[in-house]
Amino acid sequence: MHSIPGRRLIISLFLIFLLLPIYWLVNMSFKTNAEIVTTMTLWPHQPTLENYKRIFTDESWYSGYINSLTYVLINTVISIAVALPAAYGFSRYRFLGDKHLFFWLLSNRMAPAAVFALPFFNLYSAINLFDTPWAVALAHCIFNVPLAVWILEGFVSGVPREIDETAFLDGYSFPRFFVKILVPLIASGIGVAAFFCFMFSWVELLLARTLTSVNAKPISAIMTRTVSAAGMDWGLLAAAGVLTIIPGALVIWFVRNYIARGFALGRV
Amino acid sequence: MDKIVNQKAWFLVLPVFAVVAFSAILPLMTVVNYSMQDTFGNNQFFWNGVGWFKELLDPSTDLGGRFLASLGRNLLFSAIILAIEVPLGIVVALSMPREGWTVAVCLVILALPLLIPWNVVGTIWQIFGRPDIGLLGYTLNSLGFDYNYVSNEFDAWATVIVMDVWHWTSLVALLCYAGLKSIPDAYYQAAQIDGASRWAVFKAIQLPKMNRVLLIAVLLRFMDSFMIYTEPFVVTGGGPGNSTTFVSIELVKIALGQFDLGKAAALSLVYNLIILIVCWVFYTVMTNVGTERPEKKGAA
Repeated sequence: MHSIPGRRLIISLFLIFLLLPIYWLVNMSFKTNAEIVTTMTLWPHQPTLENYKRIFTDESWYSGYINSLTYVLINTVISIAVALPAAYGFSRYRFLGDKHLFFWLLSNRMAPAAVFALPFFNLYSAINLFDTPWAVALAHCIFNVPLAVWILEGFVSGVPREIDETAFLDGYSFPRFFVKILVPLIASGIGVAAFFCFMFSWVELLLARTLTSVNAKPISAIMTRTVSAAGMDWGLLAAAGVLTIIPGALVIWFVRNYIARGFALGRV
Repeated sequence: MDKIVNQKAWFLVLPVFAVVAFSAILPLMTVVNYSMQDTFGNNQFFWNGVGWFKELLDPSTDLGGRFLASLGRNLLFSAIILAIEVPLGIVVALSMPREGWTVAVCLVILALPLLIPWNVVGTIWQIFGRPDIGLLGYTLNSLGFDYNYVSNEFDAWATVIVMDVWHWTSLVALLCYAGLKSIPDAYYQAAQIDGASRWAVFKAIQLPKMNRVLLIAVLLRFMDSFMIYTEPFVVTGGGPGNSTTFVSIELVKIALGQFDLGKAAALSLVYNLIILIVCWVFYTVMTNVGTERPEKKGAA
């Protein structure tokens, strides 16, 4: 791959630009509020774990992480499960309205969450799912299912059709072919799709906040609590923020080799 | 690859259709219903026909004025961030190391901002930009700039734009990187034999190979910036005044803040329609690009 002059400098500067604000958040999370407000220090002079301790010992804090992870995982499982057969269908067959259906799915990926906040609130209250992880998980399907279909379709198309035909000649039934042959072949694609479902469900706040009140409140909504009469609890806010970055950083590490292709939605 | 015509494939896509229809069509029908009615509370609704839509598109009314102003701001915002992020993303992708462990490190760091919850992105920049406790705000102010994103409109805009560049340029860069990786070495060798300049290589080889992913990048970035809500809301709350109130922020204000269901629903529909049209244009262009070079699909 050809590169441009000064590329080391450019990429280094850009990575520093990306890391600096994150460093500042991490830095603040290890400081006491007194240090944050009174002095400007580039690193914590009196490092403290107090902020993290409060989050891990106070149930109203750590339950937020559990709630968030619960609906993210439910959403990922639903999205992949329904998207897999559809991706195969779109990739291998032409059928009545396939292009329109594909476009309609795509358009739902693009629909603004703000439009759906209120109707979702009504809908999930009506079917008694309000304030459960299921409500958020199902609501997030509106953008994650189309995305998963889109990504997986790209990966399924990368599998030559001869493989399907050989399997059917060998007497594989369709479900058996699907589970035993196709799924292992596109395992990396499933990983990438799951990563994206995880990612977009994890970062979304508006719907998650609108559809929960007490029991299923996501961590991002709980974070707004740090504003109190005594002013902002900056250290605690920063610590909570750092903890929301960690799950993302962990999943990136697992899919790092597929990231680039995944972001191209399996279409490079 | 020629596809077989088989109507039974509908059974394969049925689950997806059911899930998305439940999440999209049902709520959208509610919105259509609300958009034609007015309410005075108490769950009493009155038929209002297209009244809200008329008001929405008439800048002299309160609703129309607010909608059109936020739409204008949003389009300006989208234009600015696209103008910055697309070239910057290409440059970063071209600057990526070729091989070795640094590739993995760069990829992971690049992807990191994309996986931070959007309100935390807001929080990060809120903290980072504050003149009293933030590195950026503090540094700018000690250098003599009077920087304060809470009270100054220009600073608020600058902060929101830099935040978006920070948050999403990686997406463009990663997409372009994926496109660049798919170029076979032989192309470069041929260019070298021809004595092609650096710029010629970019224009004749790299850019054409990237245009498909670039299209996806522009589409995703336009859509996501057009419906941006959380990040500017956390940082500026739409202020100072209304200067960073984008369409989604305005909509949530009307829908969940004032509970003005009719107005909010009408705004939602027009908003959705704009997105649908833009999406359609991109989709058509994209599928055409795809059919011109069918060998690309499924390769790599």
